[in-house]
Amino acid sequence: MIDWVFDFISDNAGIIIGCIKAVVVAIVLLQCVPFLVWLERRLMGRFQVRLGPNRVGPFGLIQPIADSIKLLFKESIITNSADKFLFHLAPAIVVFTAIVSFSAIPFGEPVTIFGQTFGLWVANLDIGLLFVFAVSSMGIYGMVLGGLASNNKYSLMGGLRSAAQMISYELTLGLSALGVIVMTGSLNLSDMVKAQETIPNIIIQPLGFLLFFIAGVAETNRAPFDLPEAEQELVAGFHTEYSGMKFAMFFMGEYINMITMSALVTLLFLGGWNSYGLPLFPILAFAGKVFFLLCVFIWLRSTFPRIRYDRLMTFGWKVLLPLSLLNLLFYGFIKAL
Amino acid sequence: MFASAFDGIKNLLIGLGVTFKNMTTEPETFQYPEVKRDMPSRYRGRHFLNRDENGLEKCVGCSLCSINCPVGCIHVVAAENTEENRVSPGERYAAVYEINILRCIYCGYCEEACPVDAVVLRDHYELADYDRDTFVLQKDDLLKYPEPNQFRVNYLGNTSKV
Repeated sequence: MIDWVFDFISDNAGIIIGCIKAVVVAIVLLQCVPFLVWLERRLMGRFQVRLGPNRVGPFGLIQPIADSIKLLFKESIITNSADKFLFHLAPAIVVFTAIVSFSAIPFGEPVTIFGQTFGLWVANLDIGLLFVFAVSSMGIYGMVLGGLASNNKYSLMGGLRSAAQMISYELTLGLSALGVIVMTGSLNLSDMVKAQETIPNIIIQPLGFLLFFIAGVAETNRAPFDLPEAEQELVAGFHTEYSGMKFAMFFMGEYINMITMSALVTLLFLGGWNSYGLPLFPILAFAGKVFFLLCVFIWLRSTFPRIRYDRLMTFGWKVLLPLSLLNLLFYGFIKAL
Repeated sequence: MFASAFDGIKNLLIGLGVTFKNMTTEPETFQYPEVKRDMPSRYRGRHFLNRDENGLEKCVGCSLCSINCPVGCIHVVAAENTEENRVSPGERYAAVYEINILRCIYCGYCEEACPVDAVVLRDHYELADYDRDTFVLQKDDLLKYPEPNQFRVNYLGNTSKV
């Protein structure tokens, strides 16, 4: 019996390790969400010369747990006119795609434990970047379906806006990433990090970094590009009718997308886990860069007012897209020489 | 076009700088139940009735405060002072003096109208209670001067205002 178990483990070691890695990454990612909510509220408070939550636990650290308990026990209201199936499906899509898109992100070089080499990733895909883009754009279906199924004009407009915004900014995101792909010659994210061992891409392609970051903020529906949930016009946009845990799932999706986007920017432009002479563990260097970018996300949110809808479209199509095309042409030209 | 784009980016960076500077400054928050604000010296909070230096009530029951009150929340019933029962230095005193502080708008007209500086509004602002009856302040509530806001007690050491 025991032999059979050991045989099974040694035969299917790859699958078992993969499953364990997937579970660990998913759990760590989900645990990051309450911390990120806390960080956002504290940091936003400091940016606005106030304290933020500081009553529940030391520095208010237990606050997100209290919040999530509250959300768990809240009644989940579904309006009569809502499409029940899509209404339930939408938040699940958002969280699912957010977690899955993180699975292709590597966060360190392979480490050797007990003679076995583990890659610090769930899946090191050769089309890693494409996979992340593809799956994270699937997340928009959650928002559109949520807006559609709610049968509410504000929700529908929020869903439409998020779709339009995604289409406009996905182009810039992809084209500015293409600059890096052209220079690296690979879609594999860990290859891209290896190519930046001496010098990070942000120094070589500062414009590409800027475009990618702006488009990334727009992709994650964060302020100043949070038009799908513009409170002043649309109540809460696509999640107006959602309450309780389903509402929290939309939130979780947004924050996980934020982490994924920060990780992508780190991998593509900030040199991933290379620490450039600083005595840091690779994974700590990676986490530090991601943390810094998350703080920048919050900093942007607490500084800039929301862009008007037509300005958003103009900015996306008339400014960012030509700039990213020029950027791509320039680096393609350099590569060809 | 490039000039305006440059200008816009500059302004965005200035905005980021402002919020960053905000982050490094001390928060303006009062930790309210522990630390209470020191209200401005002319703040109009809860009402009180003053006593004079001999310990007599200053109020002479003239009802000018009641007449002046725009919402009519003050009720005064005057009575004559006698030799045995001297409550105020004047001829009459307020036998009943009620203020409905739920109705009061804290305009301070009563304080202005009072010819003998008897009724005053002080900086007590924590007026919430569980029982509706406690909001109609009787004379003995008004004559007591409870500890004012703890901020004054703990930090300034001065609780009396003349």
